[in-house]
Amino acid sequence: MSDATPPETTSIHQSADAHKLLRKRRRRERGFRMMGMSAIVMAMCALTWLLISIVGTGYTAFYQHQMTIDVVLDETVLDPNGTRDPDELRKANFRRIIQNTLYARFPDITDRRARQDLFKTVSASGATDLVRQMVYKTPSLIGQTLTLEVPTSDDVDQLLKGYIDREVSEDRRKLSDQQIKWVDELVASGEVHARFNWAFFTATDSRDPELAGIAGAVAGSFMALLVAFVVAVPIGIGAAVYLEEFAPENLFTDIVEININNLAAVPSIIFGLLGLAVFLNFFGMPRSAPLVGGLVLALMTLPTIIIAARAALRAVSPSIVDGALSLGASKTQAVFHHKVPLAAPGILTGTIIGMAQALGETAPLLMIGMVAFVTEIPTSITEPASALPVQIFLWADSAERAWAERTSAAIIALLVVLLSMNALAIFLRSKLERRW
Amino acid sequence: MAIKKIALCLVSAIALAACGGSDNPAPAPTETSTAPDTPAASARAPSSEVRIVGSSTVYPFSTKVAQEFKNKTGFNVVVESTGSGGGHKLFCAGTGAGTPDVTNSSRRQKASELGNCQENGVSEVVEVKIGFDGIVLANAIDAPPLDLTLRDIYLAFAKDVPISDTDCTLQANPYQKWSDISTDLPDATIEAFGPPPTSGTRDAFVEIAMEGGAKDVACLAELRDNDKDRFGEIAHTLREDGKWIDAGENDNAIVQTLTNTPTAIGVFGYSFLDQNADLVRGALVSGVEPTFENIAAGQYSISRSLYFYMKAAHADTTQGLRDYALEFTSEEAWGPGGYLEEIGLVPLPDADRATYRSAVENLTPYQQ
Repeated sequence: MSDATPPETTSIHQSADAHKLLRKRRRRERGFRMMGMSAIVMAMCALTWLLISIVGTGYTAFYQHQMTIDVVLDETVLDPNGTRDPDELRKANFRRIIQNTLYARFPDITDRRARQDLFKTVSASGATDLVRQMVYKTPSLIGQTLTLEVPTSDDVDQLLKGYIDREVSEDRRKLSDQQIKWVDELVASGEVHARFNWAFFTATDSRDPELAGIAGAVAGSFMALLVAFVVAVPIGIGAAVYLEEFAPENLFTDIVEININNLAAVPSIIFGLLGLAVFLNFFGMPRSAPLVGGLVLALMTLPTIIIAARAALRAVSPSIVDGALSLGASKTQAVFHHKVPLAAPGILTGTIIGMAQALGETAPLLMIGMVAFVTEIPTSITEPASALPVQIFLWADSAERAWAERTSAAIIALLVVLLSMNALAIFLRSKLERRW
Repeated sequence: MAIKKIALCLVSAIALAACGGSDNPAPAPTETSTAPDTPAASARAPSSEVRIVGSSTVYPFSTKVAQEFKNKTGFNVVVESTGSGGGHKLFCAGTGAGTPDVTNSSRRQKASELGNCQENGVSEVVEVKIGFDGIVLANAIDAPPLDLTLRDIYLAFAKDVPISDTDCTLQANPYQKWSDISTDLPDATIEAFGPPPTSGTRDAFVEIAMEGGAKDVACLAELRDNDKDRFGEIAHTLREDGKWIDAGENDNAIVQTLTNTPTAIGVFGYSFLDQNADLVRGALVSGVEPTFENIAAGQYSISRSLYFYMKAAHADTTQGLRDYALEFTSEEAWGPGGYLEEIGLVPLPDADRATYRSAVENLTPYQQ
C-alpha cells in the first residue's frame, strides 16, 4: 500500500507523528521480546541450578566402595551340630564369620573396642547377607574359604567420596582416626575399591544406604502406572468423545463439564482419601497394592486426559467431519474414522503428560498404604509395593548422611523416566501429526 | 493409518496390563505362601506378609528388623510410616486379614486408643517397649553453646508466660533474647525450628520439656495441683509470634537450616544429632549433654520411650509375626551392641528387656 503512495502529498505514514508512533511501537516490541527472553533465561537458570545441584550430589551414588575379603566358612560357627539344614543355616551367626574375617586381616588388633570399630568399616548387613544367601543355597560351601567383594559401610564409602571431612576433630565425625588409617591401608593395598553400584538398580529398599536400591519402587510405580493407563485412557477418551460430539447441550452436561474442570484442580490427597474409602474399605482390596494405587492415580489423571482430549477434538477442522457426513458417513463413522484419528496426537500428548504427573505423586499413595518399606520386589499388582516418589520422600527423611546422595540419585532416575515419557509424547506427536 | 497405530498401542498396553494383572507369580522359593490373586477375596487366610504401621520415629528401627528378619527367614514384611496416631487408628480398626499386625508408636498407647481397640474386637494387645530416644535442642557448631534448664525452655517457647514466679497473671511472651530469660544465657535472639503439631516428637517435647519447665515456675506448680487442664493449656501452647517455627517433618531440613542460621536452634531426635555431629551441637539440658550414654542412663531429661504393639490374635494367622517380634526382642537386635543400637536406638535396661521379651514369648496382653 505505502509503495503506491502518490508522490505529490506527504503520506500520513511519513509524517513526524507517524515516525514517533512507529519508534514507540518498535520500542514496545523490543521491550516485550526482552521480557520474554529474560523469562526464558530465568526459567533456564532455575532449571539448570536444580539439575546441577541434584546431579552434583547424586552422581556419586552410582558407584560404591567394595572391600575384598577372604571369608572362612567355619563349620564350628555356622553349623556346630553338622545338620546342614538350610533353614537353620540361614539363621546362623554370619556376623561372627565376617568379624573373624576382619580380625584375621588385622591380627594385631585385640582390644574389644577397637575390634568393634574395625567391624564398622564393612557393611554388616551387606556382608553377612551375601554370605548367608550363598550358604543357604549351597550348604556344601561350609568349610571352604571364599574370596568375596562386599560393600563397605556407608561411613567408609562417604569418607572415600570426600563427604566426611578428615580435618574436623575426631569426636565430631563418624569415623575415628584409627578407622581412617585402616581404610587408607586397605585402599592402598587395593582391597577397598570403587565399583559401579549395580545394587542401586537391582536391589529393593533397605535400611542401610549402601544396600538400598530402587528396583522395588520402580516395579511398583510401573505397575501402578500401567493400571492407571488401562483404566484412565479408555474412560477418559470415551468421555471426551461423548461430551464433545454426542452429548446434548443442557444443564446436566454443563454440570458435568464444570465438575470435570473442578476435579482437575482438586488436591491429590483427596483422591487418596477417596481410594481409601472406596477401594480399601468398601471393595476390600489389599492395602499397599499397585492395583489400588493405579486406580487412585487413574481417577486423578482422568480430568487431565478428558480436558486434553476434548481440546484436541475441538482443534480438528469441522470441514473434515462435514466432508465425511456429506459423503454419507454416519455421525459415529465420521467421528471415529476421521475426527479421533486426527485428534490422536493431541490426545496422546495429554495422556502422557497426565501419566507423567501421576508418576510423580506421593500424597494419594499415603492414604492407601504405599508409603511403605517393602522387603520384596513386587511381582503382581496385588502384592504390596512402594513407588519411586515415595521412596525419595522416605529416603530424604532418613538420618544417615549417605542417604543424601541416594535420594538425589533416585530423583535422577525419576527425572530420566519423566524425560523419556515426555520425549515419547513429542515423538509420537510428530510421527502421527497430519498436516495438509 | 494413525488409528491403527493407536489401536496397536492400546492393545499392547492392555495385553501388558493383563500380564501384570494375571501374573500369578510362581511362589518364590523362599516364601511359604503367596497372596491369593483375587483382590476381593474376603477370607485371605493366612496372610503372606507381616503388616506394620505407625510412628515415623520407630520406622528406621522397624525396617532394620524387617530387613534382617527377611534375610533370615524369607518372610515379606511391609512397614508403613503413618505416624503414631494414624498407626493406632489402623491397628485398632479390627482383626483379621487386611488389618495391621503391629503398630509402632513413639509414645504409649492412649487409654482411649486401647478402648477403641477393644470395641473393635482387638482384645489382646501385646505391648513391647523397645528402647529410648532423646529429643535434642541443637544449634550450629560455630554458634555459642547453650546450657538450658527446662524452665528456660518453657519461658522461651510458651505463648503466654506468668509475669513473675509468684504472680500467675499471664502476659504474651515478652522474651526476645536468651539473655532476657537469664543473664547466664547468651545475648542471642530466640528462634527455634521444630516439629509440627502432627508429630510425635512435638508431643513428647511439649509433654516433657514444656510441661517440666512450667512446673519449675512456682505459681504454675500451684495451678497444676488445682486446675490440671488450665495448667496443661498454659504449658502446651507454643509461641505464635514467629519465635517458634513449625519446620515440617523433615529433620534433615532443620539441620540444614541451622547451619545457615547460627542463632537458631532446632528440635529433633537424637539420631539426627548423632549423624550430624560435625554440623550441629546439642544444647545441655540442666547441665547434661545429650549423649548416648546420658540418655541410656536416664540422666538426660528430654527422652521418651518407644513402643510397638502386636495383636496376639494374629500370632497364629500371620505367618512370621511371632518370629518377627522375637527377632526384634532378641539380644542381637535390641541388646547393648546389637544392630539397633548401631543405628541409634538407646537400649532398655536388662530387666526391662527380659520382661518384654517374655511378654512376646507368651503373648501376654497388657492392661493400662
